Amino acid sequence: MSINQQLREAIVRVLPEVDMVIGWGPGEDSLHQSPLFMKKPEDVDGFEAGSLSVHNTALYLPDLKGKKIGVVVKGCDSRSVGQLLAEKLIKRDELTIIGFPCRGVIDQDKVAKALADLTNGSIEPGEVRTADFTDEEVVVTAGFEGKEFRLARADVLADKCGRCEYPNAVISDIFVGEKIKTEAKDEYADLAAFEAMSLEERMAFWEKEMERCTRCYACRNACPLCVCRNHCIADSRDPQWLGQANGVREKLFFQIIHASHLAGRCTGCGECERACPVGIPVLLLKRCLSRGVEHLFFYKAGLDPEATPPLMTFEVEERRIKEREWK
Amino acid sequence: MSIKFLALTDVCAWLEELSGNFTVHVPQAQGSAVVYRPWVKGAAALPELRKKPTESAKHVLFPRSERLFSFRREADLSVTLEEAQKTGPQLIFGMLSCDARGFLGFDPVYGGGNSKGAAADPYYLGRRDEAVLIVRACKNALNTCFCTWVGGDPASRDGADVLVTELDEGMVLEPVTDKGEALMESSLLKAAGAGQINAATALHDQCRAQMAIAGAVPDISTAPAALYSLFENAEFWSGQSAGCLSCGICTYLCPTCYCFNITDEEAGSGGVRMRSWDNCMSYQYTLEASGHNPRPGKAERLRNRIGHKFAYYPRTNEGRFLCSGCGRCIKSCPSSIDIRRIVLDALSEQEAANVKQ
Repeated sequence: MSINQQLREAIVRVLPEVDMVIGWGPGEDSLHQSPLFMKKPEDVDGFEAGSLSVHNTALYLPDLKGKKIGVVVKGCDSRSVGQLLAEKLIKRDELTIIGFPCRGVIDQDKVAKALADLTNGSIEPGEVRTADFTDEEVVVTAGFEGKEFRLARADVLADKCGRCEYPNAVISDIFVGEKIKTEAKDEYADLAAFEAMSLEERMAFWEKEMERCTRCYACRNACPLCVCRNHCIADSRDPQWLGQANGVREKLFFQIIHASHLAGRCTGCGECERACPVGIPVLLLKRCLSRGVEHLFFYKAGLDPEATPPLMTFEVEERRIKEREWK
Repeated sequence: MSIKFLALTDVCAWLEELSGNFTVHVPQAQGSAVVYRPWVKGAAALPELRKKPTESAKHVLFPRSERLFSFRREADLSVTLEEAQKTGPQLIFGMLSCDARGFLGFDPVYGGGNSKGAAADPYYLGRRDEAVLIVRACKNALNTCFCTWVGGDPASRDGADVLVTELDEGMVLEPVTDKGEALMESSLLKAAGAGQINAATALHDQCRAQMAIAGAVPDISTAPAALYSLFENAEFWSGQSAGCLSCGICTYLCPTCYCFNITDEEAGSGGVRMRSWDNCMSYQYTLEASGHNPRPGKAERLRNRIGHKFAYYPRTNEGRFLCSGCGRCIKSCPSSIDIRRIVLDALSEQEAANVKQ
């Protein structure tokens, strides 16, 4: 039985105990899925977990507090659930967590690039008519003539999946399928590459990237740990922290606020970056702080729902912060 | 009107020439996105005309944020106001027909046209009157394109001053209005040959054929009635909005969404009055001073967005939908919420209700 058949069976089994199960279902075309909210057994027919199941299902949990929820999670989604639990923003006894081994999800921008390379820029992902996902390839038919194109899976896999240490749900009530063993280690190579630039170059990089920001705040709203929701200081007019001018200053200011608020909380799911309609690499800022928290406090967000996140507590003698030795 | 031909090698020279009289906006690649930005004089690279722009061109006539005026409190307690400088004539080169048609949705609202007693908006109208829109016919249709559902066409001339069709070796330029005709006098433009004109028409037909692959265009003319009757159906709207993130992508990328907010930003004894884009997907959009919010949840907010485009606006605007079918709200939605699906679901709900009666 395929993983998806097993998952569908597990969801149907869980449904009578919960108000809904959150997973993934059909999207607007063969390259997209949409979050699926299953309430009746027939809703489960549309469920599928796979390379297009990009959405972090944990996102919806804080708003559904008080309800019994089943949630299907990839490894990264499960870490968001773990962090929300550690911060007591959701309740464990209201959740039934269904995990599965995730083989990674695709990045639409990379698909666009791979297709453009193959077709001299003449075909966009929006023209893909069918898509098949194998272990090694994404085989699509696209364009007016429905020609076939074969994209190497490695070329279109999301960056976060390439460095993923936790492809299996780190927390689950039901785990379907066989756990994936991985040797991957996240060494923050992307950050190291960025930091090879001078400070001036880095500032110029962000000025260039942020110029096209539309201030839609999808980065914030797609973040499962951004739980202020309707009360974000970015929207408040009284007091008004952020100006309404369409300047890089305001845009970058918000990104710094967002990243700071996620220090020690961000699990690196990358939904902020995926949601960005204009492809600004905003995850990089959060990863900088995650690396710092990892180094300072030996803490990786979302791995242990019982943990007290380091910025929600303090040690009298921090192991890596030696104030007494400061000069 | 005279149909012209512009050789590919002369495109930059023509844009250079145009930029003598206008601020010229062209689609440009930035990272993985394509955005409309001012043509930099002397630029040698062609505008990005292959990929469809990620954003619409509405910010050219309706800026994301604009200073309406600045104010200063003087020592004698009088207040000095200073109006913002005018933008000057602008030209958009290579915009999509759905983007040009988007402004046709703006016009009655900001022109004070259809509603009794409505004020005309001098900021928008000032830019609109001076703007020249050079529309490019679409060469390809995306899965998310649905201009044909709402009266559009990949080579629509609605709202365009000039229609451009890109061939391999250059562009066929067809002036649509007097403003467009006035641009045809450049010595860089040659009379188009019959072969070139036929090739352009063939490209229009090919794009129409690509759009038709998705199937016949559904009749959505009864959408207003269906949406009005579904107004209080909470289950319908909570189901449709379940995946919504309440972000502003759909409204900000939309060529027809025209809402704004006004903010006074003060510093010391002076400040500026800003007008910036607002977004009906946000909680703050209808938050009242009392703290009451008539649209507290995303279900009410999504209902408003769909209702406004396919029911309320058409009611006061001769049935015209406030949607030009560009599909950006679908393509860029992080949750892949499909506005077409919602309208079709509303129509089938209505049909089911009619059968029951």
